Amino acid sequence: MRERSANTRRRNFLIGATSVVGAAGVVGAAVPFVGSWNPSARALAAGAPIKLDISKLAPGEILGPLRAWRDRPIFVVKRSEEMLMKLNSRNDRLADPDSSRPQQPEYAKNETRSIRPDILVLEGLCTHLGCSPQFKPVVKPEQFDTEWLGGFFCACHGSKFDLAGRVYSGVPAPSNLKVPPHYYESDAVIVIGKEEGVV
Amino acid sequence: MSAAFKNFMDWIDARLPVTETFEKHMSKYYAPKNFNFWYFFGVLATVVLVSQLFTGIWLTMSYVPTAEGAFASVEYIMRDVDYGWMLRYMHSTGASAFFFVVYLHMFRGMAYGSYQKPRELIWLLGMLLFVALMAEGFFGYLLPWGNLAYWAGQVIVSLAGAIPFVGEDLAVWVRGDFNISGITLNRFFALHVVLLPLVLIVLVFLHILALHEVGSNNPDGVDIKKHLDEDGTPLDGIPFHPYYTIGHDLPAIVAFLFFFCIVMFFYPEGGGYLIERPNYEPANPLKTPELIVPVWYYTPFYSMLRAVTFPLFGVDAKFWGLVVMAGAIVIPAVLPWLDRSPVKSIRYKGLGSKIFLAVFIVAFFILGYLGTKHPTAERTLIAQICTAIYFGYFLLMPWYTQVEKTKPVPERVPS
Ligand code: HEM
Repeated sequence: MRERSANTRRRNFLIGATSVVGAAGVVGAAVPFVGSWNPSARALAAGAPIKLDISKLAPGEILGPLRAWRDRPIFVVKRSEEMLMKLNSRNDRLADPDSSRPQQPEYAKNETRSIRPDILVLEGLCTHLGCSPQFKPVVKPEQFDTEWLGGFFCACHGSKFDLAGRVYSGVPAPSNLKVPPHYYESDAVIVIGKEEGVV
Repeated sequence: MSAAFKNFMDWIDARLPVTETFEKHMSKYYAPKNFNFWYFFGVLATVVLVSQLFTGIWLTMSYVPTAEGAFASVEYIMRDVDYGWMLRYMHSTGASAFFFVVYLHMFRGMAYGSYQKPRELIWLLGMLLFVALMAEGFFGYLLPWGNLAYWAGQVIVSLAGAIPFVGEDLAVWVRGDFNISGITLNRFFALHVVLLPLVLIVLVFLHILALHEVGSNNPDGVDIKKHLDEDGTPLDGIPFHPYYTIGHDLPAIVAFLFFFCIVMFFYPEGGGYLIERPNYEPANPLKTPELIVPVWYYTPFYSMLRAVTFPLFGVDAKFWGLVVMAGAIVIPAVLPWLDRSPVKSIRYKGLGSKIFLAVFIVAFFILGYLGTKHPTAERTLIAQICTAIYFGYFLLMPWYTQVEKTKPVPERVPS
């Protein structure tokens, strides 16, 4: 009679080998499913850098919110002399007055968070949960702050930012508003979404 | 039964176990004889699920899942498609009804200890259903491309951004774009109409299969399988069909649908709680509505998210808010292992369990209410207290269920 008992060593080897190959196959098959969720070429193209003409922007005014770079609202503010003078007067109320968190390119890591002192460029999305803050430039007592010095206010959860997009302490937003990469092509034209010299 | 019909059934049964399945799950499935009001909601959830599937499929016939077309196509459904308004209101009212019945269904499970041994898997499958349902609601909410929905979606996806290191990239991956866009809408559509409905159907099937393996619990938490007659059927059980189908569930379904129709025909917007005003404005990526609140069924969890206002261990409050919210959603899953009580039903548990459950429910309602309001300092404080109560109910359970004095559970179902 033939031996009916299975060759267990051979069986275990087969199970082991097919499991390993199968697992590799599952990982391989997952790649297209996961990968297809990345921003598509079209989304990337739509997020390409943009050029803005700022020659008509008057002091104290905001250009925007513009649906501009990467589909995110962009704020371009031209600060007046007076605004700039007051800008660093109450740094004690700010969470990160020196912009030590990497929320801006190196060239905007300064007192005004900008290349040109007067022009402020920001991504207009609250760093808390992504609502778009309102521009409230006027120095006056506000419902949300009796000593309001002008800046941005997010009505969703009450976060406050100064006229350099720096976050106040004690509000839900953890960090300053983002400064997108940008540079000046000329005095009047600003390029947003790209560093100078980078192609 | 006519001879022809019997022949026909014999032919079928030889090929597909129809009669056998019907007997196993309906006419010879014995359920405790003391079911009450709280045992309606599983069936009602099933009814709502079926209704959502059909109205949903019919809505896709006229809906356009693109950023340019979505809002207009919903207006088109409401105005130009015959009975389109009715299908849409059935679906939007159905979404709220779904959560309404599922919350009551879960409360029943908590009150009667239905999650205890041997029903842990029914409970866990239920929790998976709950999470899948929340995801289903979230994805569907974005589809009409109203402005509030857009920004609520923005807020929730931004939550992923709170995860240290990988968060920002993860949020971009989920959206498929740098901001919520038509690309996001399109994938949410696919998830809402194909993937999650399939998941829900499979889970409901397993949920009921697991239930029928061990049998239902009951308001007294008495194990009816301990006392069987000579045929092995429980003395305190009655056949599910026809006693519960016709005598219990059918009237409940009719009453429920009656109530449902009143809401759907007369209050489809539910005073701004079922369909909110800012959603009558198309999505505008530049303008956030004044007040962002989720639909009522998410507000308790949203309140807990907002209640965390302080950073901890050098990590932002926003991240801990996410942890607390996610924790609040999944913590009921471990109830079977937190409850150390020798009895199941709240009827026989001690004073501690009763007080904790009552306070828990009150806190849950308060959180739900606060989630619909602008946060102020006092409201945030109340939300923090209620969040502590919410977690306290679960985390202290091993203690208070052990020290309290329980009442003796009767051997048989009391008549
Ligand atoms: C789509 C959602 C759901 C459907 C369609 C559904 C359906 C059902 C049905 C038909 C029953 C039997 C009838 C009854 O006891 O009411 C049942 C029982 C049960 N369900 Fe669900 N369910 C759902 C969600 C949930 C959730 C979210 C939970 C809890 C996390 C849950 C936990 C239970 C438990 C513990 C039982 C057994 C109750 C007992 O025997 O006392 N279910 N479910």
